[in-house]
Amino acid sequence: MKKPTLLQVAVHLGAWYPLAHIVYDYFTHNLTANPIQAIEQRTGINALTLLLFSLACTPLSSILGWQELTRRRKALGNYGFMYASIHLLTFVGLDYGFNLASILRDVGTKWYIIVGLVAFLLLLPLALTSFKYWMKRLGKNWKRLHRLVYIISPLVALHFLLSVKGDLTRLQGNIVRPVLYGSIALMLLALRFSPLKLALMGTRARLQGLIGRYR
Amino acid sequence: MSEKMSSVAIRSSEITPKQVYLSRRDFIKAAGVVAGSVALAACAPQAAQTAVQPLPTPQDTSISTKKDELGDPVNSFDDITNYNNYYEFTEDKGGVAPLAAKFKTTPWDVEVYGLVNKPMKYALEDLVKQFQPEDRIYRLRCVEAWSMVIPWTGFPLAKLLKEVEPTSAAKYVRFETVTRPDEMPGQRNVLYPWPYQEGLRMDEAMNDLAILATGMYGGELPAQNGGGMRLVVPWKYGFKSIKGVIKIELVSEQPATMWSTINPGEYGFYSNVNPQVDHPRWSQASERRIGELQRRDTLMFNGYAGQVAHLYDGMDLKVNY
Repeated sequence: MKKPTLLQVAVHLGAWYPLAHIVYDYFTHNLTANPIQAIEQRTGINALTLLLFSLACTPLSSILGWQELTRRRKALGNYGFMYASIHLLTFVGLDYGFNLASILRDVGTKWYIIVGLVAFLLLLPLALTSFKYWMKRLGKNWKRLHRLVYIISPLVALHFLLSVKGDLTRLQGNIVRPVLYGSIALMLLALRFSPLKLALMGTRARLQGLIGRYR
Repeated sequence: MSEKMSSVAIRSSEITPKQVYLSRRDFIKAAGVVAGSVALAACAPQAAQTAVQPLPTPQDTSISTKKDELGDPVNSFDDITNYNNYYEFTEDKGGVAPLAAKFKTTPWDVEVYGLVNKPMKYALEDLVKQFQPEDRIYRLRCVEAWSMVIPWTGFPLAKLLKEVEPTSAAKYVRFETVTRPDEMPGQRNVLYPWPYQEGLRMDEAMNDLAILATGMYGGELPAQNGGGMRLVVPWKYGFKSIKGVIKIELVSEQPATMWSTINPGEYGFYSNVNPQVDHPRWSQASERRIGELQRRDTLMFNGYAGQVAHLYDGMDLKVNY
């Protein structure tokens, strides 16, 4: 077995920490007076954060020239899926007590639920095909399929935005955090476009050259 | 008139001798808090936060066994004082109590003015003396689909309004929250049209259920629950029950309200609890009572239909949401 790298350890510890913290807060009665809502909100934020980290791996590895980042992408994405699953299970099981009738009534009328559910359904095949077996079997299509994450992340940010009281079109209310997450998702999407990425890679090369000259 | 009176209000709060006199108790309270924080300095931050939450007077423990008229028990003092939607402090419901610990609720002055024959300015203690608050156990239903049962002490708003003699031109009542960005950091957030404002139609305001609360759980009204004084209109969503009220103005036109200004498509002027009128974000058909695991069905007018449904006879509540 290969010795795990520092980044690898950080990824796994960092991804489990929020869940451990929620469990700790549950047993120490620190999940507010409304623990179910607290679990929903915290796992939701964790899922989105991990998806954005996963999404950032590829552009950052080219821009920073840090190859190992691309090898941590999959774990980060799967952890994101783990939190999204806990988030959805909490909503269906704890919040609504598996009462399908009231869930369906709300699913049909609430945009934030519809958007969140679509994002989860898009994420599901990515998690299921994250194994090496599927990677080989799908070949080129695997990469195509997994580009869906570029749609999923902005959708999750939209789901967040739609679930708060404020109104983006009027720039009023508690919109700061969803807008922040959404901007990062869109920025990472923009980084996919090669001119921008190439420009940043060029900047890094020049910086490295400069540093090399003065060393 | 209103301009003149508001400038008076600011000046009077700056009169030092009165503050020195009244803040003696705050000083003692603060000293206790400091001693407590020092003792807890070595503990986790969360423990320290819990310790500095204000308990204005020892809570009456017998109250925790009381029930509302539907037979549901009141929520714990701890839940009521640590889970608060009070954006003047922060958007985080758990973060309000620690911030509110530094908020001064004495002295507290309330102006009643506008279309009235006898505009008045009261100190909170005089209001309490004159209008004799009574116990009222009310359900509070938040638009976010959670609810609590809260034992308030307060007096009917109608009593105060009768005292100032509204003129025949007065059709609505406008309420305004205190502006103190130094003590209320959320008021520095430019994404909100501060100050918080709310309004009631005259007949709603005169309904006996509408009270001005000056206490809770047998003690003073904690700052995080809207102290010095707040409105409580239990048949409407929680945001209508404006906290930290310092101005009550009688007006002829329907006043602008905080949430209907931010998002008019979602928050209307009436905002009656109504399981049949859906809200784009939260299901209004059911709710979670804080402390319970199962959701429960939301009641029309939050269970107060008998007392208030007649106010809306002939109105389409889907249009007037």
